[in-house]
Amino acid sequence: MTQFMDRTVIGLTLGFALVALLGVFVLPDWLMSQVLIAFSRALAVLGLVVLWRTGLISFGHALYFGLGAYTVAMLGKDLGVTEVLITLPAAGLVAAVVGFALGFIIRKYREIFFAMLNLAFSMVLFGILVKTEALGSTDGFSVEQPTLFGIGTEDSTVKLTVLFLAVCTVGWLSAVLVHRYLGSVLGSLTTAVRDNEIRVEYLGYSVAQAIHGKYVMSAALTGLAGGFTALALGQVDPESMVNWTVSGELVFVTVLSGPGSVAAPFIGSLLFELLRTYAFELVPYAWQLIVGGTLLAVIFFLPGGLWSLISKLGGRDRAAQPGGNRGEGER
Amino acid sequence: MKPMRYAGVVGAGLAAAFALSAPASVAAKDTVSLGIVAFLSGPAAGPYGVPGRNGAEMVIEAINKGTLPAPYDTKGFAGATVEAEYIDESGGNTKQVSEYRNLVQKREVDAVVGYVSSGSCAAIAPVAEELQKLTVMAVCGTPRIFEEAPREYVFRTMSHATADNIAAAHYVKEMMPDVKSYTGINQNYAWGQDSWRDFSLAMTDVMPDAKVSDKPQFPKIFAGQYGSEISALSLDDAELVHSSFWGGDFEAFILQATPRGFFQQKKVVLTVGGVSAYRLGKRLPDGVAIGSRGPYGILVRDRDTPLNTWFVETYKEAYGEYPSGAAYQYAQAILATKIAYDKAAEAAGSFPDEKQVRDALTGLEFESFAAPVKMALGNGHQAITEHMYGIVQWNEDAGELGLRDVKVYPAECVMPPADKTSVEWIEAGMPGAKC
Amino acid sequence: MNLALTILVEGLGYASYLFIVSLGLTIIFGVLKILNVAHGAFYAWGAYSCAFLIGELSTMGVSDLGTMIAIPIAALVVGVVLGSAIERTIIRNLYGRDEVIIVLATFGLFLVLEDVILLVFGVDPYFAFQPTLAMPGVQIGGIYQDGYKLTMIALSLVVGLISWIVLNRTHWGKLVSAIIFDSELAVAMGVNVRRVFYVVFVAGAVLGALGGAYIAPTISVSPGFGVEVIVLSFAVVVIGGMGSIGGAAIGALMVGLLRAYAVLQWPEIELFVVYAVMAAVLIFRPEGLFAPAKARKI
Repeated sequence: MTQFMDRTVIGLTLGFALVALLGVFVLPDWLMSQVLIAFSRALAVLGLVVLWRTGLISFGHALYFGLGAYTVAMLGKDLGVTEVLITLPAAGLVAAVVGFALGFIIRKYREIFFAMLNLAFSMVLFGILVKTEALGSTDGFSVEQPTLFGIGTEDSTVKLTVLFLAVCTVGWLSAVLVHRYLGSVLGSLTTAVRDNEIRVEYLGYSVAQAIHGKYVMSAALTGLAGGFTALALGQVDPESMVNWTVSGELVFVTVLSGPGSVAAPFIGSLLFELLRTYAFELVPYAWQLIVGGTLLAVIFFLPGGLWSLISKLGGRDRAAQPGGNRGEGER
Repeated sequence: MKPMRYAGVVGAGLAAAFALSAPASVAAKDTVSLGIVAFLSGPAAGPYGVPGRNGAEMVIEAINKGTLPAPYDTKGFAGATVEAEYIDESGGNTKQVSEYRNLVQKREVDAVVGYVSSGSCAAIAPVAEELQKLTVMAVCGTPRIFEEAPREYVFRTMSHATADNIAAAHYVKEMMPDVKSYTGINQNYAWGQDSWRDFSLAMTDVMPDAKVSDKPQFPKIFAGQYGSEISALSLDDAELVHSSFWGGDFEAFILQATPRGFFQQKKVVLTVGGVSAYRLGKRLPDGVAIGSRGPYGILVRDRDTPLNTWFVETYKEAYGEYPSGAAYQYAQAILATKIAYDKAAEAAGSFPDEKQVRDALTGLEFESFAAPVKMALGNGHQAITEHMYGIVQWNEDAGELGLRDVKVYPAECVMPPADKTSVEWIEAGMPGAKC
Repeated sequence: MNLALTILVEGLGYASYLFIVSLGLTIIFGVLKILNVAHGAFYAWGAYSCAFLIGELSTMGVSDLGTMIAIPIAALVVGVVLGSAIERTIIRNLYGRDEVIIVLATFGLFLVLEDVILLVFGVDPYFAFQPTLAMPGVQIGGIYQDGYKLTMIALSLVVGLISWIVLNRTHWGKLVSAIIFDSELAVAMGVNVRRVFYVVFVAGAVLGALGGAYIAPTISVSPGFGVEVIVLSFAVVVIGGMGSIGGAAIGALMVGLLRAYAVLQWPEIELFVVYAVMAAVLIFRPEGLFAPAKARKI
């Protein structure tokens, strides 16, 4: 039964509203900044979850992350467009268009080939950016101060608060839309595709088209994530936006979060960000060890990701299937 | 009741928010906290980050004890004890920006000192302005920092890359006057690109008859393997090779080029070679010209002034080796910050606030460990110093690396005047240079 | 002429080191169906151990040429110890899991092993230049090439030949081939798949470490240098065909020669060209240039 306001939507709305209120009234700047970066990344993870429900994982979504980030940065640098109501949608749009074009090729691939082809495309962009002096090569360049409705601000707290509220709004909207999509007929095909493609074809649906649609959706979300991250950090560069390690990190957070719910990416991302910050602060020489160790621990002990833990604690462990064999909409 | 309760919640929230975000008191302070950023891992850690951190650590300890040589023998920063937190500079510019935000907003340091890579500095500068935090850049070289935009919160206490490359051109003219053509191998980012641009421009002024190669090499930073690039340079007819390689890349390049007879075949000028000189020792081939980004490290090892003698001896005692360029440069940044705090306190008659410290640092002139420093460019935010080059010569008797034909170039010879950017000045033929 | 010759020598030199590393990656993939990101860590560990050992041997008074003994020792010790430990504790418990999860687990493992290097060997780069000094430079195509690089080409030929013989002429090799072809069938025929998996994983680790150990004397061995090689060897393996030894050779040759050509003639496209070829191969021949086309199981 999917009504407009099912439990997940209500939960998401309350959760995001709470985070927004906490952010504006309680959290110190540094924590708000971390939530901003974490939720930005969570948009990309949400995109990867959409693909993962079909059994597909991309090792190259840094391509779209980088496209989104560089779109925002270049609009400001080359065209003087800093209006976030233009730059952010543009980031999603550019990523979606490229995703749509590449989708015609990529939709034919599965499993490791799907992962690797995405990786190859993202590394092509990486190679181009690293060698393009006009875009700062390895350095990248700074992002112009953003404006909203044409209004800019010198105050870093105001800027942070506005971006934070924006990411909460966009995050909430994306999560609700993705949730509704996964609950729709087209969306629930994803699981069917994962289980048996031929059966889906017999039902009269085109698997290639279904995957293509999801691919574009994930590209757009990841582009948006890149755009937000560029604005949040005020800097873009190939190494930390487009290199394969970024794709790896996105997949890492996806697995950490688990595919169980559209809320999981946001929680998982935030935990990842905090984990990294504290690991870096406490053991500057060995923070990768902690991050990598956590990844291994999750894979071994929490195969359904963090969400499975949350569900278990909440007594709803039926969503705690590795690989997320169950859609959300049936609740 | 309901609205009241709601107001209560919001009120509590607001109170909590204020409690959490209350600014640290500005009045007399016992401690000044510094965030010190240097490469603690990655290929630049050994040659740059670790000596840099050591230099900073040693000088901070001396400052806290009041044991620096006169006139810097007062305790602390304006009497306050210095507490340093060391942060790793590796992981890419974007990560550096978020670490910087953490330092300022979460750990609430009073100032940030450090940065080796031009990439980090270019990325940090606008953020420092946004977060309004005093940031003293210790090493990084790109002239763009203060030429792109005026800065209020950012300072750099050593000359930028232009000095390295103009001085290199002068040195080539003096020591290798027969050079007819030249090429280069530089890293593919701000530092390498700026270095090559400044050097080739300066060469057209200083040695107008020498021809520039059309295939200078720009490998990726930290690539580590340069076999193909060395072949490309070897095939090039140019006799002189310019390189601004530094850190692990520099060392790898030397090790890979040496067995191929590269240094017998080509004349080589290495703008940052001095930094790795002690590490490479005998493996640094005789006859190459090296700089150390100014009057630092091996180039000033034997300079006999009380400050320099103290620096070399104390460092050697603490860390068992001569201080390299990075050790000097980080120490210099800390020293400049101390002097600014002390001066500001003197002027204010009490512990200074941040603005007073920045005002004191602006345009400051002081005697550093090896040479005088003038904060002369970028509205008093960018330092100029004299510059030096020498030619490597292994000293068999002492069993250590030495230099011959060391030349000193005055600051006004190798750095542009305040009213011009580097490129404008070199393209105009370096008018007013006092060499 | 000189240029062509230089491209050839440079390309072969680069290809031979890539081939050794990629060979390890490809046999692990072929047999275990695991794309091992931690392969970069074997490479880095091989390089570090070798550089460390060469330094120790050199201070003990071993001749420059003699220090080369460190290369096989480091490769074997790292490959066997680290490879066994990882196979026994991590990989073995992941058989049967989603292959993407396994890749991710090896990514986590890679992160951990990278930092353990820092803890064990410190942040200072290691120099192990002695073996390169032992080999005189050779003039080829008008410029000096280091002799060490030429021995590397020879080594890769030897490694390739040995692998071919082991796979095609020994009982073990036939078992492996059977598993590559169809592991379920092999189990049905009574092959001890677990054991074969173990041996192959360790062999792959030894090859990864050998690549690192051999390159160590020519570079400054410093933290973080295992990252680059991972994606490069991915590219090699994908171009050649995952799981194919001949493919790894062809892939390494293509990447090596293309890169040498780019650096010498067209430096702007250096990084881009390798991955563009990888993408093109995946698009037009997803199983790689060399792997026999197989029907997709649905």
